[in-house]
Amino acid sequence: MDFNLSTEAAAFRQEIKDVIALTYTPDRRSEHHRTGTFACPALYQELARRGLLERIVPGLGKGDPIELWILFNELEKASVPYDALSVILIVSAMVNRLGSDFHRERILSSLISAKSYACLGYSEPGSGSDVASISTRAVRDGDQWVINGSKMWTTMAHEADWILLLTRTDPTLPKHRGLTMFVLPMDTPGISVEPVWTIGSERTNATFFDDVRVSDEWVLGGVNQGWAAMGVGLTFERGVVGETNSGVALLRHFRQWAEETGAAHDPAIRQQMAQTAIDNEVAKLLTQRSAWMAASGELPLVEGAMSKLFATAAYQKATHWFQQRAGAAGLLRFGEDGAAADGWIEYEGRHAPLCTIRGGTTEINRNIVAERHLGLPKSV
Amino acid sequence: MKVSLSEDQRAVEVLFSEFFAKTSEPTVVRRAEPLGFDSELWSKLCALDAPAMGVAVEKGGGGAGLADLVVLGECVGRSIAPVPIIEHTVAVRALPEPSAELLAGDEVATIALQSATGGLDWGLIPAGAVARTVVGPCGDATVAVAAEPPGVAPANHACMPVAFRNFEHDAATTLGDESVWSRALSEWQILTAASLVGIAAKSLDIGVKYVKSREQFGRPIGSFQAVQHGLADLPGVIDGARLLTFKAAWAMDRSDPTAPTTADVDDNDVDDPTSLALMAYLFATEVAAQVTDRVLHYHGGYGFAEEYDIGLYYRRARGWPLVLGDPAAQYQRLADRLFGTISTDDMPRKR
Repeated sequence: MDFNLSTEAAAFRQEIKDVIALTYTPDRRSEHHRTGTFACPALYQELARRGLLERIVPGLGKGDPIELWILFNELEKASVPYDALSVILIVSAMVNRLGSDFHRERILSSLISAKSYACLGYSEPGSGSDVASISTRAVRDGDQWVINGSKMWTTMAHEADWILLLTRTDPTLPKHRGLTMFVLPMDTPGISVEPVWTIGSERTNATFFDDVRVSDEWVLGGVNQGWAAMGVGLTFERGVVGETNSGVALLRHFRQWAEETGAAHDPAIRQQMAQTAIDNEVAKLLTQRSAWMAASGELPLVEGAMSKLFATAAYQKATHWFQQRAGAAGLLRFGEDGAAADGWIEYEGRHAPLCTIRGGTTEINRNIVAERHLGLPKSV
Repeated sequence: MKVSLSEDQRAVEVLFSEFFAKTSEPTVVRRAEPLGFDSELWSKLCALDAPAMGVAVEKGGGGAGLADLVVLGECVGRSIAPVPIIEHTVAVRALPEPSAELLAGDEVATIALQSATGGLDWGLIPAGAVARTVVGPCGDATVAVAAEPPGVAPANHACMPVAFRNFEHDAATTLGDESVWSRALSEWQILTAASLVGIAAKSLDIGVKYVKSREQFGRPIGSFQAVQHGLADLPGVIDGARLLTFKAAWAMDRSDPTAPTTADVDDNDVDDPTSLALMAYLFATEVAAQVTDRVLHYHGGYGFAEEYDIGLYYRRARGWPLVLGDPAAQYQRLADRLFGTISTDDMPRKR
């Protein structure tokens, strides 16, 4: 085994670090927490300007999964919001792979230059983990489609120009087979967006579709081929697009506070810091493995599930430890005098619960490992 | 970057996994209790030149690197083989001129894990019941000392051939400064981590097989989601422990003692071999304990019965690493390396 990055990958990593240092200023940081919009356009646009976004989308550039991993690893370590960027890249990869020339012309250049955002319209009020059960309907009417329904957790919908919309087009078919994916301009008449606020100070959204009329040209990947389109997005992500290195920034923030206050001298606290450092190393290695497998032409679905299971549980454990260790200072929010690590410790405690839910819950990932890796029967 | 075994390592894996599967079946492991040493198995292992495998070619060994030995260590753990190959390997690698007897395995060597008190009292020594040569620290030096082993071990949790030994200072030969022992200790931590990964991986196999065949309420208990989910958490931590162990071995193999190493946890960038060895040992210790505990539990009452193999794994998962002492002390050593040492008189000012 060899754990070194190639010279080229190391240079890519350094360039990402440079872009972060250049564009991610403390002002921007506090702005996310004030507005609830966790996106960093200046940073994304600088990446785009240097051709780094195009470079990591397969079919457009090199499409190297190791570089994709490095990008998200660096953003996560620096606490840069990456959700909006991951959606830009996933939608770009899907449009490039499944779309028509019309789609590529209209959508791709605006996304890959980070001049516009996209959002994902998958989940619904009644469909979360069981996403194939969605009920948003698209019905043929002449040469048009009429769409009615609602979507949940459409993060960035309030700023996005595009939405990837999973609909049911044939309710007579088994649930995975009657789905169709659309890619729509957000200014299409009949689409409305309502905010949903989270305990992590993030704004996400509910998005509603009332008699939205669109032509056939907005279908992405074929009618009743929606489930296959979802798979293309998953193939691109390969378990390396974030959520597996949150513990690094947490430990850095906690250690800053612990050193300032002298708490870093307490052996019990030092042990928990050392345990967190080990968990961070393990999370990194598991993700690095997925990236390497993807670069070797494999699809690390099970390995991605393992990384997420481990990393998110370890991160939640550590946020709980460190908030307790910080004592009353761990209660105080950003901007308050005496807040542990300027408020980061309190914030991470609110952010942590999300991580075992979004992007595949712990239970769904355990099902994947149990059935596909351990060969256990489908559970009852 | 490459996260898979080399061709040579695959060959080592095939060789030793087949060897131990044939020679170290649970009946052999049970028969070797309570001492935890099977001289017949040791002789067979010697016939494969395993005792000298990790010794440099110019010293008459097989020239295997630590990463190759990790592959062997995992095979030892999978079969909980009652042979002190890890201790022997680490000790002979530390000797400047290992004797022909040690290279052939006609004599066993081991490493003392604690610092010496009194004359040369290293506390409980792993494989001390069967090893003639012991490598250990003595002040600022690393020494080797040889004496007839007792051949019996105090009754212990994991049926390990441990022993308290007392040596005369005069009998000790100096091998070098303390760094010789420190390096050997890190190697012991890495290979012990490898054996714990083997224990965990095999225990999970045992557990999966059991829950597929054991029926309650008219169906295999492995079809219940509560059981599935308890098992599904385990492959990830086992793989994580294996990757970390290989990374530590990789860092140790490539380490040039004069080259700078990194332990930048703020950037999640650690390639310091000593830190990684501690990490691998500590993480694998937790993982092996967790996996054996959970798999024993899913056996129900049978898991607690002596005739089931999981109990053999459960006790060794705890016993093999504990010879080094309370892991809490190793966490402090790791914290010192990662976060800097602290002076004891500087008290916390925490509220």
